[in-house]
Amino acid sequence: MYVAVKGGERAIENAHRLLAHERRGDRNVPEVSLDQISNQLGLAVDRVMTEGSLYDRELAALAIKQARGDMIEAIFLLRAFRATLPRFGSSEPVDTAKMQVRRRVSSTFKDMPGGQVLGPTFDYTHRLLDPSLMSEGSPEQPNVVAEAEPGIMPRVTDILGRDGLIEQSPAGDPEKPVGDLTRDSLSFPADRDLRLQNLARGDEGYLLALGYSTQRGYGRNHPFAGEIRLGEVEIEFVAEDVGFAVPLGAITLTECQMVNQFKGSDTEAPCFTRGYGLAFGQSERKVMSMALVDRALRARELGEDVKAPAQDEEFVLSHSDNVQSTGFVEHLKLPHYVDFQSELGLLRKLRKEFAEANEAPTPMQEAAE
Amino acid sequence: MNAPTYNFAYLDEQTKRMIRRAILKAIAIPGYQVPFASREMPMPYGWGTGGVQVTAAILGVDDKLKVIDQGSDDTTNAISIRKFFEKTAGVAVTTNTADATVIQTRHRIPEAKLGSHQVLVYQVPIPEPLRFLEPRETETRRMHALAEYGLIHVKLYEDIARFGHIATAYAYPVKVNARYVMDPSPTPKFDNPKMDNCDALQLFGAGREKRIYAIPPYTKVQSLDFEDHPFEPYKHKACCALCNAEDSYLDEIVTDDKGSRMFVCSDTDYCETRQAQGHHGSESAAPYAESRHA
Repeated sequence: MYVAVKGGERAIENAHRLLAHERRGDRNVPEVSLDQISNQLGLAVDRVMTEGSLYDRELAALAIKQARGDMIEAIFLLRAFRATLPRFGSSEPVDTAKMQVRRRVSSTFKDMPGGQVLGPTFDYTHRLLDPSLMSEGSPEQPNVVAEAEPGIMPRVTDILGRDGLIEQSPAGDPEKPVGDLTRDSLSFPADRDLRLQNLARGDEGYLLALGYSTQRGYGRNHPFAGEIRLGEVEIEFVAEDVGFAVPLGAITLTECQMVNQFKGSDTEAPCFTRGYGLAFGQSERKVMSMALVDRALRARELGEDVKAPAQDEEFVLSHSDNVQSTGFVEHLKLPHYVDFQSELGLLRKLRKEFAEANEAPTPMQEAAE
Repeated sequence: MNAPTYNFAYLDEQTKRMIRRAILKAIAIPGYQVPFASREMPMPYGWGTGGVQVTAAILGVDDKLKVIDQGSDDTTNAISIRKFFEKTAGVAVTTNTADATVIQTRHRIPEAKLGSHQVLVYQVPIPEPLRFLEPRETETRRMHALAEYGLIHVKLYEDIARFGHIATAYAYPVKVNARYVMDPSPTPKFDNPKMDNCDALQLFGAGREKRIYAIPPYTKVQSLDFEDHPFEPYKHKACCALCNAEDSYLDEIVTDDKGSRMFVCSDTDYCETRQAQGHHGSESAAPYAESRHA
């Protein structure tokens, strides 16, 4: 007797219960709290907020906990929640020149107004596993940091801009609404606002690999890290009722301004060009990769040959989203019996025809006989 | 955070309106892929987010929903999507093809003839029939605009030159209303003739690729072919082992490790209905153990 295969609601429910059990792990071990994740796994939270496109540390920590530390799954959870939120409007553009800077480094000038501020960074740590972290403990208190005065840390690209050595940042049109690819489907060629949004939401590993490829010669653009800065900026929102901008609060941002060579053209003098990266929280690898890829994608605009993968807008922007990528790759585990059956039928037919053709005497043999 | 509350059928009304506009445009231009602002749904891309958004946008309180995957109501993803709408819309659900007003499907068209009161919603992974010939969207949009379909005919011709027949078994391209070449989603070519002059409205949703397209009722749908190599519907060399049907699409079931096979209907509702009518095949089916949907 044949028992037809049934997926079964019970199987799904049991699988979910098992998943919750596995997520909790050994019940004798204290459960991790959202505060612990937010504080002690802060860079994971930053990444989930950036690629999840939602600045909410608590929800990002919840997503990480629920996803058992799977970052892409956590990003997906946050995105699906974000999709249900109503829109009140857009904030005013943030001014990163007014950032309360906690870290600021430039690889192009030894010193500049405001100086180099190393801040909290893995750079120059020796990557030796630290056995003292195997048990609980409190690290030394940091030396007290003086608060930087706003305005004394001009952006390095602004310094270069005064001498005309770097191209002007494209002036924004205040009348034109900023594009939003979560509200409109992306079409090509994409404007830079949509491209930067796409890259900001894009998978860090994917952008890292693409950025790296430009350094190894696939679309090289001779980059210098003009400046990387980390700190807090204020978000302002113009409320229609009040008629002026009201502050909504401060968010942590990392910004990278990449300075790149440009040979100039028939109409333009040689000057440096820009690549830009911006992300929530402390996400340096992300913003540096993003800036490299942004610059590579400006190839067409700057009249450069489009030859390398990182310069190919349709390729880069169509495959950057890890929630889309993981969904489509992982959907291969859904049943495909029906199309596989069609392929089986076709393959059997082709093999039969092949066998018959090879068994049949060739015309040459026929002539000989 | 506040406990989330969701609108009827999950999507907010603004989003539904946006999707309905895309659907209306798709119906007005049969076979044309309409871009729409696909949302992140609470299930992964590639698992039916396009179909789910279309269903959510058209579902009303009086609708009766059927969800199938591979022709079956009981595959895990079909169950998951059906439960999603039971939970978020509270609509009646059914496994009976004739009873349903909205049928969401992945990879199959039901065997039973659909009626004018029904809407068939397809889940589509890659909506672009030219995609594997030309990866660039900018190019394929231009080709559709100019009805420049030489490339796909060359592909079919190369099949004939090489194998003596067209070697596409599923997602077999069709021309809709004598204008747009369309991907029918990865349904077997066995199902292609059912799309032609169908009484029901057929809607196609691709969430990840952000496209919606449609075949209005009673529209001509022609599978691509040549005069001297006409389209050949797939024909099984077996009949269903449970209901003895000779006209249905069959799943191949491996019954042991010695090469034994049996064939059963992929459309479980069709098969069960036939068995209830007294048709029997070479094997008897075990009674369905789990709770059955009304």
